[in-house]
Amino acid sequence: MDFILSKEQEMARTLFREVAENEIKPLAAEIDEEERFPEEALKLFRKYKFMGIPYSKEYGGAGCDTLTYEMCVEEISKACAATGTMLSAHTSLGTWPIVNYGTAEQKAKYLPKLCSGEYLGAFALTEPGAGTDASGQQTKAVLEGDHYVLNGSKIFITNAGYADTYVVFAMTDKSKGNHGISAFIVEKSFPGFSVGKKEKKMGIHGSATCELIFENCIVPKENLLGKEGKGFNIAMATLDNGRIGIAAQALGIAEGALDETIKYVKERKQFGRPLAKFQNTQFQLADMVTSTKAAQLLLYRAAMAEDTKKRYSEEAAMAKLFCASNAMDVTTRCLQLFGGYGYTREYPIERMMRDAKITEIYEGTSEVQRMVISKYALK
Amino acid sequence: MNIVVCVKQVPNTNEVKLDPKTGTLIREGVPSIMNPDDKAGLEAALELKDNLGARVTVVSMGPPQADTVLREAMAMGADEAYLVTDRAFGGADTLATSTTIAAALKKIPYDLIITGRQAIDGDTAQVGPEIAEHLGIPNVSYAEDIQVEGDTVTVKRQYEDRYHIVKAKMPCLITALGAMNKPRYMTPGGIFDAYREREVKTLTRKDLDVQDTEIGLKGSPTRVAKSFPKQLKGSGTVVTPSDAESAAEYIVDRLKEKFII
Repeated sequence: MDFILSKEQEMARTLFREVAENEIKPLAAEIDEEERFPEEALKLFRKYKFMGIPYSKEYGGAGCDTLTYEMCVEEISKACAATGTMLSAHTSLGTWPIVNYGTAEQKAKYLPKLCSGEYLGAFALTEPGAGTDASGQQTKAVLEGDHYVLNGSKIFITNAGYADTYVVFAMTDKSKGNHGISAFIVEKSFPGFSVGKKEKKMGIHGSATCELIFENCIVPKENLLGKEGKGFNIAMATLDNGRIGIAAQALGIAEGALDETIKYVKERKQFGRPLAKFQNTQFQLADMVTSTKAAQLLLYRAAMAEDTKKRYSEEAAMAKLFCASNAMDVTTRCLQLFGGYGYTREYPIERMMRDAKITEIYEGTSEVQRMVISKYALK
Repeated sequence: MNIVVCVKQVPNTNEVKLDPKTGTLIREGVPSIMNPDDKAGLEAALELKDNLGARVTVVSMGPPQADTVLREAMAMGADEAYLVTDRAFGGADTLATSTTIAAALKKIPYDLIITGRQAIDGDTAQVGPEIAEHLGIPNVSYAEDIQVEGDTVTVKRQYEDRYHIVKAKMPCLITALGAMNKPRYMTPGGIFDAYREREVKTLTRKDLDVQDTEIGLKGSPTRVAKSFPKQLKGSGTVVTPSDAESAAEYIVDRLKEKFII
């Protein structure tokens, strides 16, 4: 097993780190405070071709690999987790299903625009009554001649309102349960499509999270993604891949918190010496640095598995479970080392702790990851 | 238009620390970067390419590891890259370096050559102008802006207390200031292409028309007598004389005091 990055991966990491440090970090606090979408970052990602990193050049992608893309999410999330969410939802959830399940026409029509960032992508599975139990879909799609008519609503949709295309799941045959779910590519301009209320969230304030409403929404027949009834499989496969992105985001949050904390404990003095000179600080840091490195190895292993293997559900679930729980643990402990200052918005630690929590919830809760992992363990 | 940009790989001096005992630089573990003035020169060349169309070639003289800065330059948008490398070039001072690079540039078509003003590891600011001298072409140093029209470049040259607007006919050489622009980032796809699909061409001793006495240590007349950390200057004295005459009197007195005049 080789853990050495290639020269191109190393150089790409340096690039992501520079962009995060120079361009993303200075805006992170403002984006959080004002709860606004990171439009500057989107503009920059378009310019420097960050919007299709793992995808083939044939579709306008950068032609890199999954590991390089995940390192990008990691580095960007170190500086601003909400910006990481925007990139990850676009790439892993909004674009990936079209790359893997789209017809030649769908790929030709949507991928160049998604990979260049001209279009922002999104993914809409969750409904008020269908969260972890995604099979409880209420949104319906009925075929009428040359188009489907969609009715229903989706909630907690990342990039909503800013996205140009949404991969939407709806029941085409309720009697078949999971096998009655189909996937569609819905453009924001389709008649009957609208964006509903924006959620007020605990963290990732810069990420646009809204409701989607389908009221007799007309979707051309050629925008059915994959075969009718295969939507559940597409959703699950997309989430397997998306989980690696969330693991990368969680890892980035933990690394960002550690960077801030290491700087702080060297400067902050109590009882006449820097916090870094106290053994409690040293031992806490040693544990956190070690668990974060372990998280990174699990993540990179999952990313490499995606590049080389057909199945990587187990690796992805382990990476997400561990990286997310590590992010929550590390940010909580880092905040404790900051003490009262950490609880204020003067320092980024409280934001990082709020941002970390979502990584244990979205794209499959930690409990869902445990279900996946135990299924493989007990096979 | 063919633009050749000379770039140097240097240690990131922002991260270099002094050994407190010996007073020398600790270079181990210090990341290497593209010299900032050179990177600004590359950006200026890439902007000319974007606006007017040009072929941008990057050239670096250095050990095989200098390959990295050339890949970086290609990932930013350079079209072609040459590494001038040979053990025979080792130990070169600015004269031997400029002789070697000038010999390499004779192998590459150019209308405009851009170098950085100076490298952060040596700070001599000599290599660029010396290359121009060897090639027998005009040189404009300390550029803060470069405009090209036809076969003429117009350069805004920084001077101590003013700017000069200098026009020169191409082919010519310009040395660029780091402050002239904000260099673009690489693109992730550009990086992968630079390593997987592009080539860094190599020029060695046998490819260049130079004498052995002109290159490497042998071709370097410079002898370093002593290296020492820069001493901080004392703060200056500010005086506010009432008129020009008393100001001149004051200066003359101080110069006499120091036996300068």
